[in-house]
Amino acid sequence: MADISGDPRATHQRGAETTRNVPVFLPAADIYENKDALFLSLELPGVDGEALSVTLEKRVLTVSGRSRAQPPQGYSLTHAEYRDGDYERTFTLSEAIDADKIEAELTDGVLRLRLPKAQPAPAKAINVKAVG
Amino acid sequence: MVRYAPGADLWGEPLATLRRIQDEVNRAFGDQRWTPAAEFPPVNIWRAPDGLIITAEIPGVKLDAVDLTVHQNTLTLKGSRSPEAPGGETSWHRRERTYGPFSRVIELPYAVDPDHVKASVQHGVLSVELPRPETDKPRKINITAKS
Repeated sequence: MADISGDPRATHQRGAETTRNVPVFLPAADIYENKDALFLSLELPGVDGEALSVTLEKRVLTVSGRSRAQPPQGYSLTHAEYRDGDYERTFTLSEAIDADKIEAELTDGVLRLRLPKAQPAPAKAINVKAVG
Repeated sequence: MVRYAPGADLWGEPLATLRRIQDEVNRAFGDQRWTPAAEFPPVNIWRAPDGLIITAEIPGVKLDAVDLTVHQNTLTLKGSRSPEAPGGETSWHRRERTYGPFSRVIELPYAVDPDHVKASVQHGVLSVELPRPETDKPRKINITAKS
């Protein structure tokens, strides 16, 4: 963790390259579900609501956030245990989600998502016509 | 704590071996942030002639849930993270976030006046300003030449 600032070798690339010269991290996540919904909470320290995007396309949920943490002006880093960076993580959902009713809330660097399960379409009986 | 020991028997330090393997796995699968062995919270220390700034990533912890104490030249950062208890019948898919009490003790290069310490939390990042006391600052000494 000694390497902190913009060393391009430190930039972690997952598939596509990023245009910003900062590392991209996988945020830690808790995921649980009950009979009505799926709940996710992700740790995104340094990210504010404007720098965060959550998208659901088909069954792929993508969370990406940019850290707004700025190094203090006039100070130099003497001891480092973490790095500022961006976050991105993709989840494939196994169940249909009601996309219009997703609730998202970001507080103190933790994003909490509630993804209500889509109501299954009622079973429909199909009349079979016997021909001949 | 990472120790560099050239020629050391790797099997003599099973923990070091485990950590090395974990590092390699982490590198292969991306910079995972939840290395469980790491101390919480991770801390960065910034230094300037007029003081120090200590920043720490504490996602999900509010400022009033953080207990900061300064005694002479030690800063103690304490708090607790409680798991979100989902109501009703639930099943877990992933548990990567960690919970429970945490505590870090940081040794400062000088004794700090507790009245001048400022702390804030923004987007889950704690920032503690520790100004250097006037008595500790280097003073220029005028030399008068006697002829």
